[in-house]
Amino acid sequence: MTELKLEPRERAAQPPAAPAPRPPRDERVTVIRPAPRWPHLDVSEIWHYRELLARLVWRDIAVRYKQTSIGVAWAVIQPFLTMVVFSLVFGKFGNFPSKGVPYPIFTFSALLPWTFFASAVALSSTSLVTNRGLVTKVYFPRVLMPLAAVTVPIVDFFPAFIVLVGLMAYYSVWPGIGLLFAPLFLLMAGIAALGVGLFLSALNARYRDVPYAVPFLIQIWFYLSGVVYALSSLPDKWQWVLAVNPMTAVINGFQWGVLDTAAPDLGKTAVSVAATAVFFVLGLWYFRRTEPRFADTI
Amino acid sequence: MTTAAVSSEGLSKRYRIGALHGAYGTLRDSLSATTRRALRHEHRPDYEDIWALRDVSFDVRDGEVLGLIGRNGAGKSTLLKILTRITTPTEGRATIRGRVGSLLEVGTGFHPELTGRENVFLNGSLLGMKRREIIQKYSEIVEFAGVEKFIDTPVKRYSSGMSVRLAFAVAAYLEPEVLLVDEVLAVGDAEFQRRCLGQMENLSQSGRTVIFVSHNMQAVAQLCDRALLLDGGRIVNDGPSAEIVAEYLQAGHGSGASRVWGELDARGDELVRLRSARVLQDDAVAGSVDVRKPVGIEIAFTVLDHGEPVFPKIKVFDRQGDVAFNALDTSSRWQGPARPGEYVSVAWIPGNFLNEGLVSVDVGICSLDGTKFHHRAAESDALSFHVHDPGLGDSARGQFIGQVKGVVRPLLEWSSEER
Repeated sequence: MTELKLEPRERAAQPPAAPAPRPPRDERVTVIRPAPRWPHLDVSEIWHYRELLARLVWRDIAVRYKQTSIGVAWAVIQPFLTMVVFSLVFGKFGNFPSKGVPYPIFTFSALLPWTFFASAVALSSTSLVTNRGLVTKVYFPRVLMPLAAVTVPIVDFFPAFIVLVGLMAYYSVWPGIGLLFAPLFLLMAGIAALGVGLFLSALNARYRDVPYAVPFLIQIWFYLSGVVYALSSLPDKWQWVLAVNPMTAVINGFQWGVLDTAAPDLGKTAVSVAATAVFFVLGLWYFRRTEPRFADTI
Repeated sequence: MTTAAVSSEGLSKRYRIGALHGAYGTLRDSLSATTRRALRHEHRPDYEDIWALRDVSFDVRDGEVLGLIGRNGAGKSTLLKILTRITTPTEGRATIRGRVGSLLEVGTGFHPELTGRENVFLNGSLLGMKRREIIQKYSEIVEFAGVEKFIDTPVKRYSSGMSVRLAFAVAAYLEPEVLLVDEVLAVGDAEFQRRCLGQMENLSQSGRTVIFVSHNMQAVAQLCDRALLLDGGRIVNDGPSAEIVAEYLQAGHGSGASRVWGELDARGDELVRLRSARVLQDDAVAGSVDVRKPVGIEIAFTVLDHGEPVFPKIKVFDRQGDVAFNALDTSSRWQGPARPGEYVSVAWIPGNFLNEGLVSVDVGICSLDGTKFHHRAAESDALSFHVHDPGLGDSARGQFIGQVKGVVRPLLEWSSEER
């Protein structure tokens, strides 16, 4: 270790970090003022911090499968085994409706967007508390934390998607024109998960009940999303009620794309889109409103 | 230059103590409190307002090094948290011109599973560096940290010294226009503290503005041009750092020549409690001592119960924050099991031993725990005092009038003869 001796002020040390000639002055002006009553999302600030966002996403992805022996294979094994169990229990013994396609591929194609949504909600809801060390020590737009957490499970989606393609080939199921819309439906799942995640992570900064409630919430949500049964077999009245759950439209839409099942009902999809927007806006509003207190209460 | 790099107008921060309790409680606690209030038609809020910061206004010139001092709870850290935007003020506003950086506490933002290289990039972005900037400075950072060989090893396998060096190296190359530093000197080893101080000197000499919060009065006096003394959330004194520090120490605040702990804030555990500590010379409390005469460090403490052997210990730091020495009372009195009672111990530091300048002392009551001291009751920076030399030629400096280097400055017995 190199010794660095601190000399009196007039004789400054010559450390390795000798100051470079002063770079041109950054004319950025930071204004600090009390939290606004009506918070808004500062998009330009998030843009300014885009590299940090990418870095946080990348950190979580890099760490995700470190020190696991089969690594990213988990992203394939989990939904695949779930699909096998569902096919036996619900498909074979339960004879659950599956939109006229083989049950395994029906449920697997629903599990893909669902798993993404569920991990996104789970990860984002604890994102602030998990990163407490950063939240209390460094400034950055806090929104980056749940935003990064929602982005991370996308990496698990792709390997599982390859398995889906294999299953489609095996069952000779061909995608339809709706495939073009599949990314939009996934985006919708992401936005809905972000809305829920923003709300829950802000709540979790203050109340540690959230990690107990989330698995339960996700479990209930699962049964209301039509992963193990075709929603279209329910009475129409109930389909309208369930449309408030954005995941019904996401799963319907995704299956329309990859399995070429019946196109989703426009009205019900519109209800889901509206619900997604409401989730997002409310989640963001609550997050931004409580944000100034995060560092004090977390 | 007269431009203000940092300008604060009436910054205030209110904490609601009741509400803060809720922070550690559960949703149920809050809900039941709300229900209770509703049922009893109580309108009295169940919280108390504490102003951690009240109407704080100041300007920091471009290139100025400002120290923030004050007791614990005076508002220093709150002020810095507001300036770093970790928390928002309740009232007032502040503007900062130029790029803002803060020296992070060691290891903040380091992920143990990631390699050194990956962590450099992560930490750099957290500090607000752009990717190309980090790439540009990457090799210098790694070289400064001296971890080239391990740069692709996960940080969890680093020694604490290595991760500290790496973390600091990243911050050292940030080169912000306004640097905010909170008590980093309290963590890390002496080497790290010295590097931090060195880096701050560098920054200030290259014309950057630094705001520095510390309990380390020596560091403030030495590094800062100007200091603000905060008390109860308000600025109570503002001026050249040496003067402000001297006044602060003389007033017996915080780290001074005498310290008394009350029943509520007494340091200690179930076995021992610190009561008071004083610096003595010529049978009186002394904030400034003569280098030629012995100095006594008196510690009063209570043993509350029967228990394992305990003994008093002091740790003495020189003006640069380096440990000058540790000393413990080895007398037979402390060999046997502890017995309840009030005790007063005085450690005598011989005359003509310390060097000149500010000296600070950690006091503690310890027991032995294998090869370590178990600090049962301890206070860092409990005491500080100034050592001066009257310059009469009978001290170790003789007729020399320059600065004598060294942690200690003993008056040795020389034997010389002409051959």
